[in-house]
Amino acid sequence: MTRSQIEYDDTQGLVRFGFGALTEACYVLARVRSVAAARSWLHLAPVTSAVELDQAPATALQVAFTAPGLAALGVAPSVIAGFSHEFVSGMTEPSRSRRLGDVGSDAPAQWEWGTSTTVPHLVVMFFAKAQRLEGLMKDLMGSGWNEAFDELQRLHTGDLEGHEPFGFRDGISQPEIDWEQSYEPLGPHVTYGNRVALGEFLLGYRNEYGKYTDRPLIDADAASEGLPSAEDAPNKKDVGRNGTYFVLRQLRQDVRGFWQFIVNQAGGNFAQAEMIGAAMVGRGANGDPLAAIQAEKIAGIEQEPEVIARNQFTFDADALGVRCPIGAHIRRTNPRNTDYVGRPDALKRLIAMLGFGQNGLRDDLTSSVRFHRILRRGREYGPGLSPQDALAPAPPGEAERGLHFACLNANISRQFEFLQNAWTMNSKFSALTGENDPVVGNRQAITGCPVTGRFTIPASGRLRRRMSGLPPFVTVRGGAYFFLPGLRALRYFTGAMR
Amino acid sequence: MTPQSSFMVLGAIDRGREAELRRLLASMNDAPGQVDAGNAFRDFENLHFARLLIIEDTTREDIEAYGLPPRSYPTYLAFLGDVDGDGDEFLEDAARRASKGLREIFACCEGFIESTDLVAWMKAHRTPSAADYVNWRGRTVRSARENAALYERLQRYIDDNAGALADLPPQAAHATLQQFVQAEQSAGRLALTPENPTPFGWTIANLLHLIGVPLVLLLASPLLLIIGAVFLVRLRSLEKSDLELCQRVEQSHSDALALIEDHDVTNQFSALGGVKPGVVRLWTLSFVLLIIDYAARHLYTRGRLARVRTIHFARWVWLDNRRRVIFLSNYDGSLESYMDDFINKVGFGLNVVFGNGMGYPRTNWLLIDGCKDERKFKEYLRRHQLPTQVWYKAYPGLTAVDLERNARIREGIESRAMSEAEAREWIAKL
Ligand code: HEM
Repeated sequence: MTRSQIEYDDTQGLVRFGFGALTEACYVLARVRSVAAARSWLHLAPVTSAVELDQAPATALQVAFTAPGLAALGVAPSVIAGFSHEFVSGMTEPSRSRRLGDVGSDAPAQWEWGTSTTVPHLVVMFFAKAQRLEGLMKDLMGSGWNEAFDELQRLHTGDLEGHEPFGFRDGISQPEIDWEQSYEPLGPHVTYGNRVALGEFLLGYRNEYGKYTDRPLIDADAASEGLPSAEDAPNKKDVGRNGTYFVLRQLRQDVRGFWQFIVNQAGGNFAQAEMIGAAMVGRGANGDPLAAIQAEKIAGIEQEPEVIARNQFTFDADALGVRCPIGAHIRRTNPRNTDYVGRPDALKRLIAMLGFGQNGLRDDLTSSVRFHRILRRGREYGPGLSPQDALAPAPPGEAERGLHFACLNANISRQFEFLQNAWTMNSKFSALTGENDPVVGNRQAITGCPVTGRFTIPASGRLRRRMSGLPPFVTVRGGAYFFLPGLRALRYFTGAMR
Repeated sequence: MTPQSSFMVLGAIDRGREAELRRLLASMNDAPGQVDAGNAFRDFENLHFARLLIIEDTTREDIEAYGLPPRSYPTYLAFLGDVDGDGDEFLEDAARRASKGLREIFACCEGFIESTDLVAWMKAHRTPSAADYVNWRGRTVRSARENAALYERLQRYIDDNAGALADLPPQAAHATLQQFVQAEQSAGRLALTPENPTPFGWTIANLLHLIGVPLVLLLASPLLLIIGAVFLVRLRSLEKSDLELCQRVEQSHSDALALIEDHDVTNQFSALGGVKPGVVRLWTLSFVLLIIDYAARHLYTRGRLARVRTIHFARWVWLDNRRRVIFLSNYDGSLESYMDDFINKVGFGLNVVFGNGMGYPRTNWLLIDGCKDERKFKEYLRRHQLPTQVWYKAYPGLTAVDLERNARIREGIESRAMSEAEAREWIAKL
């Protein structure tokens, strides 16, 4: 596909841009009050596309819908049923909560939004340059808005200048989307690459298996005429094309608890506490990775000095986790591995395929990461707090802070849920035991594993060091699965194609 | 070394008593599908996994879609498990110690009455596996539990003495930990029971199997080659036209299955399917299962089924005169990870077995494609999966990799001396 054919104009901008220059943002969660008014508001809404403009825009608007939201807009049940099981049954289905680790104090019953009557129908995301947000929202949320929607929550966001509330630089590593579809997903892949098939992030395109993900394909009629045709079924209209799933979770961060715990572990030594924090994340506060930068290029990692210094690494040379602990947040969420361990030639691959030649305890244990990438689009909220200030007790009535974690993916169960379930909340990740993600883990006991609050820091040629009794630093406050439609699909949902 | 074996008792459920049986089974659980922590299974020191499963006939739609004459299969009750030692001996033991409970359950099966001899009935209803996989030959329930206790004890010791141990070089660390364990053993706080000798009969039988199967295949090879060539041509044309039945499963079906999953780090999996019509498919599948059984018996006995390291036990069982097959396994992680592992690591193996099942996504030369159509494959598996009514695992919270790690740590504790390199590798597992 040539560049001119890339359907940026039918794709919401969030897929391509994080809108980083638009430092103010607010996510409004709402329920449909009047179908007709909602449709007409949405029809008129200036939703930003992914087309790159000569001049960066000063504002942006994005919209996404839950399954009940699509139903409330009058989308036919048969169409909604074409979306993935996870999207249709929602984030809070009981067995899903178990898998996501949303139990105990993270259970949906404790959430501020996202359960039963507080399940949003849609999220409207407003982005603007400094000082422009209020104006934008005022302009767009006039009388039409009030007639159309009941607001559930306004999720305000803050700007900690590229850092998340614990104080670590964030937003450094992202997969590179293969917009041009020039990359051949069909394996086997023996080296780690950061370029990922378009179909992992947009519905209607080939994914890492070279196949298409679940989405509604419908017959062409007057209502659906303007929709794109399905690539894999040309006589059908593709409601999913250029759309994707948007996962939103409000994660409260206990910044004081985090720093107080690790400073205490470090016996009051602040410099050492920072090293512990870096071991937990896998990067220092300034974003520098603990793993060694390699000379060899990685596909999809730009050859800019800054990018190289932050992202041109894998964990291959650090199998024991001596530089970057096995359980560090970035090693769990992106193990930077590939389909086969140790870049084998064809013969070795055959031997490996039959299960021989890999006898180490951790060998070949972790799934190939190219099937499990997410595009993170989260924003922090609440007032900033420096690590030093965090050592003081909280003043009464202190405002909550945290991350509105957001990510985009075409297959929620294989991407977001897998990361969350098999990698971050899993106390058995990569032959570890008794510990889940040191940063985001819920520390909930599971059957037979009363302890999940350890963190192991391997040492070279010595017994490991270990912290025990990590409390949870992150608590889930709400969440939902949304569909972020392509712009033609949005028009179809609003009935404007009829 | 104590070899493991599997058993499965299969009885047709008396239609009038199915509801009663379901209630009875549900009453054994404390969470959906998870047997009560104080259950009777726990009393059996040699029982790794057990399950009670109602096998409903879910293959009718597929049979119809393939245009075959409809058959009405009974609804079965299966009682199955994986044990150290002999299956028959286990059943005798179970009948001795849990007679009341077992009788109550089997009373819901056709032909089981007050006066039925429980042991004889169970033995008569045993249904053998076509292929059996054991994660680690010789690992007993007892050693799994003892090794886990050893691991936790060592962890606590290292944590409590971090200051003194942190700077020890590998060999010194090994020696120190060894001494600690010996002291714990003498004080009676840790038990590390030595292995039992391998039963002589088993060794001979295994050896005969090891040599016998290839020998027979070799002798038959001229014939097999001809049949193989004919089959291949036929299969190649079949696989291009065989029906795929991978439509989305009902949400309620997948929700019901999910309800009983992810309570422990390990899950159970049961899936039933019809074999595609015709002798070519039937004999191909029979041959493939023979090979799998052979490989599992002689090659994959140390923690790996090809590349997959998350399966504790698995088996394939023929039902109804080889018209249907049921696959049963115990695996670590969520179903999504299990399916991904399968697709990405042993796709060829899946295709060559399940490709003979009705509705499987289309394969290419038997080994290629098939499950690589992720979406279709995942729907296919879910479609054929059956909810398990009661499930038991002897070592909650432990994965197959945990068991392997713990066993390797124990090996290290029990090995006299280690080189510097060995000691380095060993302490990295702690
Ligand atoms: C409040 C909660 C969280 C905090 C404070 C946090 C913090 C961080 C930080 C500091 C980084 C390193 C910066 C970078 O590589 O871009 C990072 C990376 C990452 N995080 Fe999180 N995170 C949180 C939640 C999550 C969750 C819930 C997930 C997914 C389930 C996740 C997935 C990732 C991924 C995929 C990366 C990039 C890894 C890489 O590609 O190297 N994070 N996170």
